[in-house]
Amino acid sequence: MRRITFIQPVLIVSILLAACLPAFSGSLDSFQGEKGELKISGGTAHIPVMKEAARRIMMANPEIQISIAGGGSGVGIKQVGEGLVDIGNSGRKATDEEIGRYQLKLFQWAIDGVGPVVNPENPVKALTKDQMKDIFAGKVNNWKMLGGEDREINIYTRDEASGTRAVFWKKGLDKGAITSFAHVVVSNGAMKSAIAQDPYGIGYVSVGHIDTTVAPVALDGVVPTIETVQDGAYKIARGLYSNTRGEPVGLTKKFIDFLYSPDGKKIIESKGFIPVR
Amino acid sequence: MKKIGELVAERTFLLSALASSSITVAILAFMVFMGLPLMKQAGFYQLLVKPWAPYQGSFGIYPMIVGTGCISFLSLVVAFPLSLGCSFLIATIAPKPVSKGLRRLIELMTGIPTVIYGFVGIFLLVPYIRELFRSGSGLCVLTAALVLGIMITPTMTLFFCDSFDRIPRSYLTAAEALGASRTQKLLYVILPCAKKGMLNGVILALGRAVGDTLVALMLAGNSVRVPGSVLEPARTLTAHIALVIAADYESPEFRSIFACGVVLYLFTMMVTFLVRYLSFAEGRRD
Repeated sequence: MRRITFIQPVLIVSILLAACLPAFSGSLDSFQGEKGELKISGGTAHIPVMKEAARRIMMANPEIQISIAGGGSGVGIKQVGEGLVDIGNSGRKATDEEIGRYQLKLFQWAIDGVGPVVNPENPVKALTKDQMKDIFAGKVNNWKMLGGEDREINIYTRDEASGTRAVFWKKGLDKGAITSFAHVVVSNGAMKSAIAQDPYGIGYVSVGHIDTTVAPVALDGVVPTIETVQDGAYKIARGLYSNTRGEPVGLTKKFIDFLYSPDGKKIIESKGFIPVR
Repeated sequence: MKKIGELVAERTFLLSALASSSITVAILAFMVFMGLPLMKQAGFYQLLVKPWAPYQGSFGIYPMIVGTGCISFLSLVVAFPLSLGCSFLIATIAPKPVSKGLRRLIELMTGIPTVIYGFVGIFLLVPYIRELFRSGSGLCVLTAALVLGIMITPTMTLFFCDSFDRIPRSYLTAAEALGASRTQKLLYVILPCAKKGMLNGVILALGRAVGDTLVALMLAGNSVRVPGSVLEPARTLTAHIALVIAADYESPEFRSIFACGVVLYLFTMMVTFLVRYLSFAEGRRD
């Protein structure tokens, strides 16, 4: 008898939970009765939003398995095009050639800035655009020249297939040169930890990724934040895209619809991006 | 009945042997085939000696070859004395229980995933190197070589131990009877006898250093230029492949990683042949 009294409350609670969860989920209702696997890869800026959305969907419906991988925008477009994943994320608009070759459908669900960042210990927290171009071109190579310590500037950049790099290079550096001295890291997360580790480093990350471990650098007096990106004062911005091969169906379509739902928009906002209206 | 069973088994084994060996050849053929358009356009030799500047249409892998060479050679310089010391301790100096324990420990170390070495390197060694030399970011050839050296030491040590163990007991006893000190025993008996086996160990460890991706990717900085000093960042061939694989399939960037693959493949093949040749030479002498 004792054993049953122990199990009873657990059973009651779990039945209640099972009964109540759908009622609380709102935008998650559409996932009722769905099951299967959804594979997502690509842009690393997207990952926090993808993870949170996936967590909620999988909590509401344990029959659904969602896997999220990084790799960068290039990988996202390539893998969705080759049919390896259901959704390929990219931090840049896919080129016309890519859209044509893979019959991609593009879904832009957020606007994101790309901001230069330094270590919080670094006294240099404002640069002009020309100064920044000179730094990345390797012409200015010591923090002393910018009012900092007498130490070399360690430049960090992303690999060539990165959407973050593409946008920063085009809009931040006006397609100027990036010195071959620059260190190369493979994701927004890796960039953040590299800069957090290196007091003399400078790099660039998606604005959604800026937190207390790295300090944003004001560019021509404008600090890259959600607000400045939203009101257009900060110019280095881009869309975050989720791409599918052909018109999305089933779980894939529901996942993308969820990103556009009120709950999805809240997630996007909470992760530091601006949801598209 | 037995005969048919034997025949089936024989054929099955032959088939699997053929499959595994033909896959090895097929991989090389595949890489050459995929890299061919770029190699034809730019010339294989040109790819080997030119710099990497994709926006200027130059897809040479020269900086990566130099980077690989520097880092793996330096890691050997780090690993060789360490391994020699360890293996000498295990094989001759330490009392039996200690040497047995040490040996188990080193065997365990060979199994540690490389990403752990990389991770420890990032948090412990990188800031230290940066502040010690007050130059650069700490992500450099030296850091990568140090960690890689420590990573290949267990492999090398085990090879050294094995070749020390193969020395006939009587040689050592004879040296002792002649009144040789431990140092003399090492220099005049053990080292000359174990030379070939040790060379095998060094070459295999070199192969491991060249083939490792993660340590270099995490610690060497990955900048695309020929390093001017050991404190400058560099990129290895394997790290280059890992970084460029995200590029568009049709792009020349992507094609160029097949050239990297061919270079790595040929290098590993050379190492294997060298080891085979040395073992063969040793076997014949005995």
